Amino acid sequence: MLYVQEATLEEASLRVQAAVVAIEQALGPDLVDLVPSYASVLILYNPLQSNQITIARRVRGALKALPTLPETAGRTIVLPVYYALEAGEDLEALAERAGLSVDAVIALHCACDYRVYAIGFAPGFAYLGEVDERIAAPRLATPRPHVPRGAVAIADRQTAVYPSVSPGGWNLIGRCPVRMFNPDTQPGMPVAVGDSVRFEPISRERFLALGGDLA
Amino acid sequence: MSMIVAQPGILSLLQDSGRWGHHRLGLSNGGPVDREAFNYCNRLLQNPAETTAVEVSVGGLQLESKVETFICLTGANMPLSINGEDRAAWEVHKVIAGDTISLGFAQSGCRSYLGVADGFTIVPALGSTATVVRENIGGLNGDKLRAGDQLPCPVIATRTRYYLEDRFRPRYQKTMTVRVIPGYQQRHFSRAEQRRFFGSTYTVSERCDRMGYRLEGPAISCNIDGIVSEGICFGAIQLPPDGQPIVLLNDRQTIGGYPKIGSALSIDVSRMSQLVAGNTVHFAPISHHTARRALHLAQRFALGQSLQAR
Repeated sequence: MLYVQEATLEEASLRVQAAVVAIEQALGPDLVDLVPSYASVLILYNPLQSNQITIARRVRGALKALPTLPETAGRTIVLPVYYALEAGEDLEALAERAGLSVDAVIALHCACDYRVYAIGFAPGFAYLGEVDERIAAPRLATPRPHVPRGAVAIADRQTAVYPSVSPGGWNLIGRCPVRMFNPDTQPGMPVAVGDSVRFEPISRERFLALGGDLA
Repeated sequence: MSMIVAQPGILSLLQDSGRWGHHRLGLSNGGPVDREAFNYCNRLLQNPAETTAVEVSVGGLQLESKVETFICLTGANMPLSINGEDRAAWEVHKVIAGDTISLGFAQSGCRSYLGVADGFTIVPALGSTATVVRENIGGLNGDKLRAGDQLPCPVIATRTRYYLEDRFRPRYQKTMTVRVIPGYQQRHFSRAEQRRFFGSTYTVSERCDRMGYRLEGPAISCNIDGIVSEGICFGAIQLPPDGQPIVLLNDRQTIGGYPKIGSALSIDVSRMSQLVAGNTVHFAPISHHTARRALHLAQRFALGQSLQAR
């Protein structure tokens, strides 16, 4: 397990992203898999083929060669979202709680670029942060048994698009027609840890034209 | 050419050695929870180690062969019969078109592996045929086997009928010691809590599946509530706020925020996955070095057993 320590979540994420590339290059075929997250990288190797000391030395060597704090951000991916009560049933409740109009909530959700801090919970579930403090909202007391695929949701200062139907306790505010996980394509999902995501409001017609489903 | 699922049993899943290299998409690795028994199944059939077999939990699977081939059953002690005639496990048997292969219910252990010569021919999803039902990926349609499913497999006319001598076969007990390598959050557990954890007996709860084994026993408290979500490895032992340990298995979520006291040794997790609710576990700490030596020894033992031929 590799931990990074930086002043902010964003800086830690930049460091994680750079470390992933460096570790992949340094370990090559000895790397079985890795899991980048907010401020850590879990490195998996086969203990029958290599050992902890050698792996740690190679990883340390690769990390030493990295610049103090890499500036290179990942790609920016724009995800279209249909914001409406029929697409996100908690939209009005969230606006009311925040003391804002629904339009203001949408504007704030679309106003900034979010970083992909981690992917997990389910295949293609990307944890994006951080949403404007004014529209942050705690998780529901009782999670829903079925959150639809494509649901755009907020929990605390995180936001995400549900990649498939699953139980979930986040506040639903809209629906994204882009498939976040598809095992039949490479690389399987449109974003990776370290990328930036911006949401763009679209109309109901556009949502349906892009293959969105309101069922 | 194929085998037809006449009865799927309680939970039967197509598994190869697992899906690797996709953790960053949030995919767990799947694969056989008892890798030892799975490996023996393929070795007896003279298949490559990663070949697709059916993992049968609890039992009740019935297949109808439409093909001449060879089969082998390893793992939990489930009565095997071909056309109603009892056959030995840990041994390769010939079947022909029209034969019915039936598995009873486990008498010791709870998961077995039914393989065929050259394996079931399944189209891989993201590099693997391993079924992870929660992720709806692998197997035939990302799902467990259902009655009427067709499992394609090649015609094989000749194959050496190996068997594993009884003295080399694993014995699945109702209680076992799981060796644990202390982990990176160990310092958040006081010495007293660690002594409690390693000195107590834990019972396998009803909530034990391919994601994780929840255990019940003396609660272990930790001086932090949670951690920033991070990657979770196979065998990691999480302690949620209720203090009851969860040992994470093949279908675990890839990241999580509960503190971990350590990681169970993979070969012990394999054996642990044969335990059922009510069985007991005791944990013993080992060093990283000892763990590595144990893995090498286990591999040498597994590959060193010469097979006998009928």
